[in-house]
Amino acid sequence: MEDSHVERFSASTPKPRIGIDGGDDNKNWRRRVNGVEVSVPIVCGSIAFFRGKKAKEYRTHNWTVYVRGATNEDLGAVIRKVIFHLHPSFKSPTRVVDSPPFTLSECGWGEFKIDITIFFHADACERKLELSHLLKLNPEIYSGPQSPNVPVVTESYNEIVFPDPFECFLSRVINHPAVHVSKLPEGLNLPPPGDAGDESYYKMKKGDTKDHPLSHWFSKFSEADELFRLTATRQKVQADIAELKRQLVMVDAQPEQF
Amino acid sequence: MGGTDAKDILGLPKTPLSLTQEKKSRPQKESHRKPDGISREVYALTGGVAPLMPSIDVTQLKRPPPPDEKVAWQWLPVKSSARKDDLQLYHWVRVVNDVPPTGDYSFAKYNKSVDVLKYTDDEYENHLTDPVWTKEETDQLFELCERFDLRFTVIADRFPLSRTLEELKDRYYSVTRALLRARAQSPSELANHPLIKQPILVFFWRKHLSKYYFSISGHKQEPYDMTRDRERKRALSMVLSQSRHQEKKDAEILAEAKRITEMRLAARRAAEPDVPANENIGSVSPSSNSQLPATAVAPSTLTMADYASTLASLRMLHVYLRTYGLEQMVQAASSAVGLRTIKRVEQTLQDLGVNLKPKVPTKTVCDEHLELRKEILTLLNLQKQLQYKESEGSSHREGTYGAMPDTPKDRVFASEPFGFGGTFLLSPSFQNFMYYFTISNLQGVCLSVFTAERPIKKEPKRKGPGRQSDTPSPAHKRPRKLKASDL
Repeated sequence: MEDSHVERFSASTPKPRIGIDGGDDNKNWRRRVNGVEVSVPIVCGSIAFFRGKKAKEYRTHNWTVYVRGATNEDLGAVIRKVIFHLHPSFKSPTRVVDSPPFTLSECGWGEFKIDITIFFHADACERKLELSHLLKLNPEIYSGPQSPNVPVVTESYNEIVFPDPFECFLSRVINHPAVHVSKLPEGLNLPPPGDAGDESYYKMKKGDTKDHPLSHWFSKFSEADELFRLTATRQKVQADIAELKRQLVMVDAQPEQF
Repeated sequence: MGGTDAKDILGLPKTPLSLTQEKKSRPQKESHRKPDGISREVYALTGGVAPLMPSIDVTQLKRPPPPDEKVAWQWLPVKSSARKDDLQLYHWVRVVNDVPPTGDYSFAKYNKSVDVLKYTDDEYENHLTDPVWTKEETDQLFELCERFDLRFTVIADRFPLSRTLEELKDRYYSVTRALLRARAQSPSELANHPLIKQPILVFFWRKHLSKYYFSISGHKQEPYDMTRDRERKRALSMVLSQSRHQEKKDAEILAEAKRITEMRLAARRAAEPDVPANENIGSVSPSSNSQLPATAVAPSTLTMADYASTLASLRMLHVYLRTYGLEQMVQAASSAVGLRTIKRVEQTLQDLGVNLKPKVPTKTVCDEHLELRKEILTLLNLQKQLQYKESEGSSHREGTYGAMPDTPKDRVFASEPFGFGGTFLLSPSFQNFMYYFTISNLQGVCLSVFTAERPIKKEPKRKGPGRQSDTPSPAHKRPRKLKASDL
């Protein structure tokens, strides 16, 4: 498989704007594409249901913590496994989820910070990524006894950014629905994705969360509102700046009038 | 004597030798008793503390000599192995029971000398010839080296032909080295010779344990290098001859450089240690940092470098969260400004209804957020500038009243806000302390009383009667609450 990669590269025309990572001859097929950014929008969150009548002292809530695609697409193309570090009072608190959807369900009574470690496929990145999520079981504002039908949902939007991605990774994910790729530079010739001997890339099992049982509790994150507010505020600030500049000029001119 | 007085006060017996009984009755004294055999004052001279290890057996000091020994002092001749001539010297010797002491002269062991090698003519012909040095010169050099124990300053002084000290040293060391190499039976005995040690040892270690050879080889010895020696001496004399003024300037420059590197380091704090500082910005995607505010009132090239280095460090991570990236960029932007300004920016953001951390941090949202922060910084800077300019401007206007010759060096704001929003200026150059009445066209008389530690003149904004300002400065339009934090 590696030979075929090498052959393909030696036969192709020299590509502009591709930097060689490390200059290691063994890995010249792992060239990085400069100026391109691959970003994966994710939502990291938890959903907690009160158990109602079935609640016991130490098992009051059923909760699920997860890392999902922001549009519920399959993250398995990028993420290899996710480790959820639970509170030490849980049995074997290091929970590994190595296939999408990356969710973990448990039963407990306490709120705590869950550390999440995300591991990527080798062609994407060899480093892991850490984030954390605060598990919330009880609603912020007390509004009567909790109903077992209405969960407490805490979600936060984020994006995993791969600056200067590897060629092989880029070519593999460039048309994947879970992945955003920034504008590619002109004249970039990506090699076609070879069969990456790792079958986990093309798992038959569904990894997306579109039909997840909890999916109707998922929030939709839209950048439109925030963007609108930001641009409006910027315009206002720019107007203020212009006004102040005008005044400055006037103040400078004033002493000469006398 | 003071000692006896102290003992008097304490009501203790005065004889120093009877200390053993008094140990318990003197709790105020130092916890360690003074040893027998020497008086307390002498003991105190050595610090008053018992040594960790007894250096002298103190009991020996005042012991009477053993009765069976008969000691006499005799004027006897000395034989010293250190002396090569036949000079006969005499000294006093302590003779016990008519037996004079044996052994070499006790100081002969200090007569050390250097092992200067002697070469034969053959050896010279084969190994030691040099274009610049004649055999006679080399012979003379070696003779002097032997005579003066390699004290090159003396040798250089006495060398009959004019050669610099460094040349002499160079010749001596290279001759010795060549001689050693030529004479050596096997490389191993060479390896331990101090003059040869380093090159061989380094080579060996480098092959196998490249990381560790510095620590193991201990004292590093390098073959004598004439030019390096000259440079070293020149540098030393330069440092020695620096004037105090130059020293101060050097120290200032170093402190400044340190400050700048620390600022840069702070911007790259989260990155790996091998981040290249001069990444090509052009290769990064254009939208992220192309729109730096062109209207920045206080453009600092340092901020540009901060952004670039933060971006570079982010790229080095190979993967990061968008929120993390935004945090880093915000930190880079705030690294050049003080904490107060950062708080003001955040307050402004909140007032404008913008989340301090975006709820949906996509790329565009983060970029916009960053740009907004930068613009707010610019805005605040401009506001400050305007305030300053206004106060300056009003001081110029009041120049006709013969009070204010130059721009004020500092400003202090009165604690009460004034209706028309004028600023008060103080000039330290004036020694008089005066009250001024302010008359505004709309409001009544405001009297401001100002007290200060040093006599300062207070210069309020004045309007003459019947004179209307056509273009009232913006300060009049908006009554501004003046705070010390505005400075």
